[in-house]
Amino acid sequence: MTKKIEQTAAPAAPYIPKKEDFVLLEHRDIHTDANFASQSYWKGVITHFFKNRRAVVGLVIITVILLLAVFGPVLNAYGYRDIVQYRNEKNKRVVAKGIAPQIPVLHRILTGEELEGNFAGYTFLFGTDDLGRDLWTRTWYGARVSLLIAFVTIIIDMIIGMSYGLISGYFGGIVDQLMQRFVEIANSVPRLVIVSVLAIFMPKGMGLVIVALLLTEWIGMSKIARAEMLKIKEQEYVLASRTLGARNGHIIFKEILPNTIGPIITQVMFSIPTAIFTEAFLSFVGVGIVLPQCSVGTLIEDGFNNITTLPYQILPPIFVLALLMLGFNFIGDGLREALAPKLEDM
Amino acid sequence: MTKYILKRLGMALLTLLIITFLLFLLVRIMPGNPFPSERMSDEQIANKRAEMGLDDPILTQFIRYMGNVLHGDFGKGTSLYNGAPIKTVLSTAISNSFRIGGMAILLGTAVGLLLGITAALNRGKFLDGFCTVFSILGVCVPSYVFLIFLQYTFSFKIPFFPYFFDNTRFAFSAVIPSISLSLFTMSTIARFTRNEMVEVFDSDYVRLAESKGMYGRDLVMKHVLRNALIPIVTVLAPLVVDLLTGALVVEKIYGINGIGKLMVDAIAGEGIDYNYVLALGILYSALYIGIMLLVDLLYGVLDPRIRVSAKGEEA
Repeated sequence: MTKKIEQTAAPAAPYIPKKEDFVLLEHRDIHTDANFASQSYWKGVITHFFKNRRAVVGLVIITVILLLAVFGPVLNAYGYRDIVQYRNEKNKRVVAKGIAPQIPVLHRILTGEELEGNFAGYTFLFGTDDLGRDLWTRTWYGARVSLLIAFVTIIIDMIIGMSYGLISGYFGGIVDQLMQRFVEIANSVPRLVIVSVLAIFMPKGMGLVIVALLLTEWIGMSKIARAEMLKIKEQEYVLASRTLGARNGHIIFKEILPNTIGPIITQVMFSIPTAIFTEAFLSFVGVGIVLPQCSVGTLIEDGFNNITTLPYQILPPIFVLALLMLGFNFIGDGLREALAPKLEDM
Repeated sequence: MTKYILKRLGMALLTLLIITFLLFLLVRIMPGNPFPSERMSDEQIANKRAEMGLDDPILTQFIRYMGNVLHGDFGKGTSLYNGAPIKTVLSTAISNSFRIGGMAILLGTAVGLLLGITAALNRGKFLDGFCTVFSILGVCVPSYVFLIFLQYTFSFKIPFFPYFFDNTRFAFSAVIPSISLSLFTMSTIARFTRNEMVEVFDSDYVRLAESKGMYGRDLVMKHVLRNALIPIVTVLAPLVVDLLTGALVVEKIYGINGIGKLMVDAIAGEGIDYNYVLALGILYSALYIGIMLLVDLLYGVLDPRIRVSAKGEEA
């Protein structure tokens, strides 16, 4: 046996490596392996989020709309309730009623002719409405009102729902039973019924919309917070904290809360479009924002009322509404995927 | 299974009763006088109140009201329709709303399923992309916006369909509202069906079925679709409820005498009609709870595992 091995091993000439052996092959897809293990949790989430094309598109849309909602009305000379008008030579009022979108400079470049009419020199990006108010200003002002309502209510809802769900999940037992029965009943009241009862007790307006949203949107948050709490509360670090003598309040809000915040933020992203939708719907029906204030909902209603004569008027608020829904949904989807990445996405 | 159903039914009825009582309480403690006081003396008002039983304890009043409601008697409106009995107004409204809503649900579910299945079978191809864009559009744009556009295009620019709802030509004038109401359901169902089916296609048991030689329609119908349907049923319930809410604006815009328009008239008009608010509140809650219950039960029928675990809970 030993003899045989010696025979095969001996005669081979030593292999001398050539230079080509150390050159990379062409057309091979080589890239640095992104190792998420070495990243902190939030850094990983952010990396995942920005890798998601849709989520980035959503973020861009929302950022642009937010910027326009903040600065849009300022970019214009007209206020949201100002009627664009001037006095002509005979000292008569000329009001810019129902003017279609116009940009004099662009018109000159495209057609080579000057605009005609009383307001030839004026720029109206979105046109004016039937009373002569500038729609650019009104659209962004309305978007501002809608977004403000949505953000304020959803943040309050988040605090209420989160605390409710965490407490219910943490204590369990009879407390949980009672709290969950209450949620069940509260969840079986249609939003419409809540709104109609509120309409009896409250004056129509922004307050009614906010209260209606406050009463309904916390439920979803509380469910998610409770589910997260049930998942986390058996973990060792909670036990460790309790052994060290931490009080319940400390454990719930200081130890567990930071670890449930991801799913809750995702839920917030999905709740904001719901809030905007509800606001638009209530304002359209006539129990929401009251004139001359405006929101996306009232703008759509205005546009609808004048659709046969001024059909372009309804377009800007509808596009703003649709883009807001789209943006927040994309961000929500992206966040959800980034917070709980599947293995194949790694 | 029977015990499970009875338990759910009991819970649903109890919840409805609680909600109804709260509604009744809220509407009754409203400040205000149900009678035009300037035309009646104090004595007359007192007599009338006693006659209508408004001085009785609230619980007695509630029981009497519920007794009437169970006979379909919701009383009379205080300001709407010149005080016509709510029962007659409501019955026409319900029939209108349900026919249009029903058509919208059928259309939305059927087309949505079809779209979703087509997209899942052509994953990554043009049809899939089309389905994605369509479902995003349908979710982001409210149904009344679709209605406004359809109405503007096909009733105003091209006067083919009636501009407002016309009860004498029901089928013809129901086309536009049903389509616009169905779009949200359609797009949500399409997206869900697609995602669920794609997930099921990747599962081990479908791979097993394929490896034993199953393919084509048999595979899709027997293994993929049935398993994909279960989560779809759960989204259908909130969709039907959303439809109710969406129908509110659609009915208002298109002038349909349905429950949604009644609700708008009752709360957004000059004076609020409490009796209508109460009647519609009960109706909406009953519908909502009924749909939730139905879906829960349907869920059990579709997925045997849930039946089993429900039995385990009782044992």
